[in-house]
Amino acid sequence: MASRRLGSPAGRWIDRSQPLGFTFNGRRLSGLRGDTLASALLANDVRLVGRSFKLHRPRGVWSCGLEEPSALVDVDEGARRTPNVRASRLVLEEGLSVRSVNCWPGVAFDLGALTGACAALLPAGFYYKTFMWPSWRLFEPSIRRMAGLGRAPTEPDPDHYEEVAAECDVLVVGGGISGLAAAAAAARAGARTMLLTGAAHPGGALAWRADDEAQGLARAVRQLGVRVLMRTLAFGLYNHNLVAACESLAAEGGELPASVLRERLWKIRARRVIAAAGAFERPLLFPDNDRPGVMLAGAAVKYAGAYGVACGRRAVIAANSDSAYAAARELAQSGLEIVAVIDRRSEAPKGETASGLRVVPGAVVTAVAGTRAVQGCRVARLGGGPRSGQGEWLECDLILSAGGLAPAVHLHSQAGGKLRWVSESAMFVPDGAAPGLVSVGACAGVFSRDAALAHATAVGEALAKGAAAPTAPVGGAGRSEPITCVPGRTSAQFVDLQNDVSAQDVALAARENYRSVEHLKRYTTAGMGTDQGKTSNINALVLMGELTSRAPAEVGTTRFRPPFAPVTLGAIAGRRVASLYRPLRELPAHAWHASHGALFETFGDWRRPAAYPLPGESLEAAAQREAACVRHHAGLFDGSPLGKLELFGADAARFLDLMYVGTMSTLAIGQARYGLLLNEHGTIVDDGIVARLGDRHYWVNTTTAGAERTLAAFEEWLQCEFTDLRVLVTPVTSRWGNVTVAGPSAWRWLEASGFEAALAPHSMRHMTLRESALEGVPLRVLRASFTGELGYEINLPADHASALFARLWERAAEVGAVLYGIEALQLMRLEKGYLHVGSDTDGTTLPGDVGFARGIEAKAANFVGRRSLSRPASRDPQRLQLVGLKPVDGRTALHVGAHIASHAPPAAIEGRVTSSGLSPELACPIALALLAGGTQRTGERVQVYHLGVMTEAVVVRTPFVDPQGRRVHG
Amino acid sequence: MMQLECPCCGRRDESEFVCAGTTHIARPPPAASDAQWGEYLFFRDNPKGVHLERWRHSYGCGLWFNVARHTVTHEILAVYAMTDPPPLPAVAD
Repeated sequence: MASRRLGSPAGRWIDRSQPLGFTFNGRRLSGLRGDTLASALLANDVRLVGRSFKLHRPRGVWSCGLEEPSALVDVDEGARRTPNVRASRLVLEEGLSVRSVNCWPGVAFDLGALTGACAALLPAGFYYKTFMWPSWRLFEPSIRRMAGLGRAPTEPDPDHYEEVAAECDVLVVGGGISGLAAAAAAARAGARTMLLTGAAHPGGALAWRADDEAQGLARAVRQLGVRVLMRTLAFGLYNHNLVAACESLAAEGGELPASVLRERLWKIRARRVIAAAGAFERPLLFPDNDRPGVMLAGAAVKYAGAYGVACGRRAVIAANSDSAYAAARELAQSGLEIVAVIDRRSEAPKGETASGLRVVPGAVVTAVAGTRAVQGCRVARLGGGPRSGQGEWLECDLILSAGGLAPAVHLHSQAGGKLRWVSESAMFVPDGAAPGLVSVGACAGVFSRDAALAHATAVGEALAKGAAAPTAPVGGAGRSEPITCVPGRTSAQFVDLQNDVSAQDVALAARENYRSVEHLKRYTTAGMGTDQGKTSNINALVLMGELTSRAPAEVGTTRFRPPFAPVTLGAIAGRRVASLYRPLRELPAHAWHASHGALFETFGDWRRPAAYPLPGESLEAAAQREAACVRHHAGLFDGSPLGKLELFGADAARFLDLMYVGTMSTLAIGQARYGLLLNEHGTIVDDGIVARLGDRHYWVNTTTAGAERTLAAFEEWLQCEFTDLRVLVTPVTSRWGNVTVAGPSAWRWLEASGFEAALAPHSMRHMTLRESALEGVPLRVLRASFTGELGYEINLPADHASALFARLWERAAEVGAVLYGIEALQLMRLEKGYLHVGSDTDGTTLPGDVGFARGIEAKAANFVGRRSLSRPASRDPQRLQLVGLKPVDGRTALHVGAHIASHAPPAAIEGRVTSSGLSPELACPIALALLAGGTQRTGERVQVYHLGVMTEAVVVRTPFVDPQGRRVHG
Repeated sequence: MMQLECPCCGRRDESEFVCAGTTHIARPPPAASDAQWGEYLFFRDNPKGVHLERWRHSYGCGLWFNVARHTVTHEILAVYAMTDPPPLPAVAD
């Protein structure tokens, strides 16, 4: 046994009286309450945890925190499976079930490891270079299958998530002593203070030690009323000091109820932010530095102290910093044998060599033995020539990396702060404060305890009072050198474990002249993945600098973009899932339609009846039947979603003249007119009917889809350009229902249902609006038609719509009427050649293209878009123009989207079909199309291409039905 | 996410607003040449520095107003009425 549980009292966080059973790759193991998965695996001597992303190399636990690049597992199965969870952060629970990622059939025997043998074919950027002949596409599917980590679940998530917004004066990110001191000082100075920490215990790096000062500060913070959120990791800082954090509320696996509140997303707006995020340890580069059993020195110390776990029996420490010696002492006290400290610096700190510890200065690890677990290593002096010998063989089962420290400057960078390089300690630290954010403690580069506490306290107080923060006393990290690879070795020296990026890959990128660190990242993928290079970024850029003869400060860092740590999609989606993902609107009479056989479909934002099929009838057959019945008798339709605006004011008439192609100021009261709404490019954006209700009062019907954008356009022009006009625009779409009665028997039906005689077709003409009433309910009845038949659009307060449908339906049998849905309406408007904005128009269609050129020249007002209509391109006779099409054989359907071209592709496209259907009246397929120069091509035969089939069609004039338009008059 | 000070409703999150780009663009008269009209429709400066732009509090009161914003730091330097002259010039850094 190499790694094992230490005897009592080691392990401050574990409870030896509470064993927990869990399974790892199906194998039953036992851990303790307080363990993470990583500590429990190490306690069970499980060292091989997963396989790497690209080369399927065996990997083990590398760290003891959120920086973990290697020990990733999939937790649970089925709908609850969470991929790529870091074992070092996963709290052990009874019944927890986890699987290794990226291996098949198993982590010990992984067929994918064969790729490791082909590593030469997979250098940085291999997907641009190798596997190109005969075609990348041949190799892509299997390469994609081989790469990657965990597997996402395919079923809906049974758990739920929520989102909370908060604000405060001072927000402290990090619960170590610096963060606690800053929060206490800010609260004491009267600021509303919040503190976030991703950890379950306060105290940061000292949390598992018996540190009275840290515990005292944690108590003080609570007593001072600081709002403390534990297990809440701030993952991003966005504009104007918005900090996003994710609070973990439930166990990640094990025995859980059917549904739990799993995570809470916090969006916190802070006047000032104090970053107290600590620092990461940097690893050293040496050949095969990714083997299970190689890990960060600080992690091994924490596993021993917090979890009572020895990560090995005999440890070699590869050092580049003074911290290695403290680690060596602590581990020796825990019962590990420290074989030697291999310090790559030429001088070890004074006094360390005298303590009985074996120290080899100026040396590096040059080889690691053991594939699935470390069995030993070879060390040699640096600077020796190639013939300086094989070096010394050391038997060990653990190799610890103590490469120095890297302050967690992520939030500082996200806030727009700059960095500076401290060469003595080979680290980047914040260069002063960032806008709205000040760093304290280790993330500010302040590593001596007293200095950090004093500085953090002063910063907390200063920010609470709105004063400038004192400068950070950077220092205390000790001496370390920039880390580069061990020269003259062929085995891979991994810079980025998660992405299998080795020093050789970085060298390749440098040879290929990638100089920018951002390009280096994208080419080699160093610093990508779930760990975002927390332990690799600094080494990668130092190496890049060395290869291109630049100092680390010149190379710079990549941008530290959010998120700092992986965030689940569930947390981001919150409650916006299922029916709340995109809430749909229902008609005021939805229940009435449902009880009368409506087949509902989604049209834009609305659930609407597509048709009312009889038992066994298809949607298409129902639409044919309904349309035929409207043409010969009558039908009832719910037009309530139609956009409705009311305009009031002395300048309402003038304003509508400026907005629509049609002239609205000349309408008499009670008259209505069709209008096309353009944008400033002359493009049609909506159409509708404008009716005058009074001298200074208009009723505007927009399309259903265009209601919002028409209102927005009106408001924009009124507030931004025509600012002297006195007009009030009120949206009333949901206030008014619309019950439409159409067909030759429409009036007979209305008369029988009790409507006043003044509405009869001979006294109320087509395109007029009359205010009426029925049993005290006010009505606005518009004679208009989208079917081509005699039509009444009865607008009434929305809550009376169901009652009117019921009242009319009682008499429907007398006139042989039906209910009709959107599908039948579309067929009838197609037969009439009526425009459907958005289907028969696109982002280039001008009024002249769809037959509305006349009258524009004569109009006085400078309406929106007018000037664009006189551009040369707008007058081109070869523009796409709306025409009718019929198949020559009278049978073959012309599909929407089909291209019009002289022959099969490749061919110049002359146009496309925009609307299509089987005409109930003509019993043959008909279509509308946008066709180049179409209005001059009536009678011409064209070829319509759709999915490999050419269909001959003839260009015809529209309307297809009732070309004289007699029927609308009743 | 930025915060903007709506002149009517006060400080609100950016997600309540819609930005319509550069403000203070004069609309040419109908007699404008094609070149002038094209300039009006299609050509905009993209300054690294202070930008004067139009915003609407779409998911609030609906008011359009002007904002002077630094395009790098996102500092809001001024919020002023649609019909007001700019309180400071647009300056590229």
